[in-house]
Amino acid sequence: MTRFLIKRIALLVPVVFGIITATFLLMHATPGDPALTYLGNHPEPAAIAALHHQWGLDKPVTQQYLDFIGGLFTGDLGNSLFYNETIVKLISLKLPPTLMLMIMGSLFGIIFALPLAIWTAIRKDKFIDHLVSLLNAVILGMPIFFIGAMGILFLALKVQIFPVGGYGETNLQHLWSLVLPSLTIGLGLVPLLVRSLRTSVIESLDSEYVAFARSKGLKNRSVWLKYALRNGSISGISILGIQVGYLAGGSLVIENVFGIPGMGSFLMTGILNRDFPVIQGATLTFAMLVVLVYLLTDVSYALLDPRARFK
Amino acid sequence: MNAMNSGAMTSNVLEVEDLQIVARIAGRDYIAIDNISFSVAEGHARGLVGESGSGKSLTLRAIMGLLPANVRVTSGVIKFQGQDLLAEGGKYRKSVLGTGISMVFQEPSVALNPVMKIGKQITDSLMQHSDLNRKQARERAIDLMDQVGIREASKRVDDFPFQLSGGMKQRVMIAAALACGPELILCDEPTTALDVTIQAQIIELFKKLRSELKVSLLYVTHDIGVVAELCDAISVMYSGRIVEQADDINKVFSHPRHPYTKALLSAIPRIDGPIQRLKGLDNTGPSLTQRSQELAPPMTNVEPGWQIAPFEFADLDALWSASSHE
Repeated sequence: MTRFLIKRIALLVPVVFGIITATFLLMHATPGDPALTYLGNHPEPAAIAALHHQWGLDKPVTQQYLDFIGGLFTGDLGNSLFYNETIVKLISLKLPPTLMLMIMGSLFGIIFALPLAIWTAIRKDKFIDHLVSLLNAVILGMPIFFIGAMGILFLALKVQIFPVGGYGETNLQHLWSLVLPSLTIGLGLVPLLVRSLRTSVIESLDSEYVAFARSKGLKNRSVWLKYALRNGSISGISILGIQVGYLAGGSLVIENVFGIPGMGSFLMTGILNRDFPVIQGATLTFAMLVVLVYLLTDVSYALLDPRARFK
Repeated sequence: MNAMNSGAMTSNVLEVEDLQIVARIAGRDYIAIDNISFSVAEGHARGLVGESGSGKSLTLRAIMGLLPANVRVTSGVIKFQGQDLLAEGGKYRKSVLGTGISMVFQEPSVALNPVMKIGKQITDSLMQHSDLNRKQARERAIDLMDQVGIREASKRVDDFPFQLSGGMKQRVMIAAALACGPELILCDEPTTALDVTIQAQIIELFKKLRSELKVSLLYVTHDIGVVAELCDAISVMYSGRIVEQADDINKVFSHPRHPYTKALLSAIPRIDGPIQRLKGLDNTGPSLTQRSQELAPPMTNVEPGWQIAPFEFADLDALWSASSHE
């Protein structure tokens, strides 16, 4: 397992380097001058040049790239052009809500999907199976912001269990205000998760190893959990990984709907302000999140399937 | 061992009477198995032979309650130790699976859970049926692995199936089948997926288990040689019916009565005797959906403990071309 981990992490080095370079290049390929946004209408050319000099934009691109890489090694992502703060400081404030949102959302998704998947697999082609697949199709057809808005309408405005939006003051309030958005995210994960898990659980239930398990007189519970679900979840984990990877980007929408001051809204304001260090930092953070999610996916895969571990 | 002589003394572990199994394919019912009756005497082994598709494996799965969703037992009785396995929706069967009857499957590479340690797979039924703790179960798994001839069992007990050879995997499955000390083991072509030397070793192992544990076997195979070596009794199946069976295997081997049995026996290559052209059957039996749907006629006694089916029925006629029918 240790060897597997080392190998897997070593493989990340070129990926991460590629992401860093792509982030930098994208920034410089996109049109728009931050100095223009900063100075407003009809600025003096001299003022623009001064700002460019101050931000290091007058240097050759290669030099800027090397400065950027060098900064990364020392943990310096530069300063925001608009907030008088370092990017690292800003990210350390904005990342926790997004991270919590992703974690709680995935957990809710798993908690909903696992029992539904095994239930519909066991009751294949029965009423409950059809009902769940119908609901899945409905959820799949609804955009995530719509589900969020519905959640706010019923659970925050009508029943008033959850706050309508915002992030609260204390840690407990933070956590509580993340429940409804996380539920929304979790619900959005359910359809594809249930579909893929159900299929692989059904495959497991039809397999010879389940027949053998039954021939040993094992109880249904053991057969379902230790054989069918355990084996079925191996393929489910890759689907979950991909979806949670998407979530990193999806949080942008959800954070806006619920007014959560996370990475998504941070990136949005960065883009609107042409605050290029912010965009660079936020994009890099999102990319790293996705890389981390895929790493975790691979690790969980290896934990569930020994064949992946020993290769 | 001769089942005929001791027949009056021993009781039957397993009795199958007039079993009929129907498969529903594309909305139509087809008779897959009809009029199957046989028994396995305590401590004895019956070979169930026939070509692919003759219904031998289906018979085993019906006994175990492992039939696919579209296949069902439509009539007949399956008794284990005198009690009906099918009664009360299989409630009694549930209580004897693993502990009274167990099964060894054809392909160990797909019948073992690929992501579970073999030691656990050997003893998970034992853990359920007794109050052994994890450590004791592990010790028991090692004992069982020793018993079925897996070397360095204490090192291998934590291996996963993919780390074992085919023969070793089959030994693991046999160990799992033995774990709760069953009286009867159903074997579904347990050596078919293995190469010849390993086949011989596994058959030796079954012989050893028979003599040491007095366990009864119902052994499904298409290899008559294996039956000759391992079994006391034989039932020959063809196209979902039994065409000939005897409690004493030697009778069928020396004087087969049914033309299908004769043809099957003459298809065995011999290493001794004059060199001759290998005989074979011209066709295999018809597939399930092509089969004649007439009910199987009753079998007649050649003598007590030896029955044959009437020679005339449609599926059988399809088997011979004029040239080879002797």
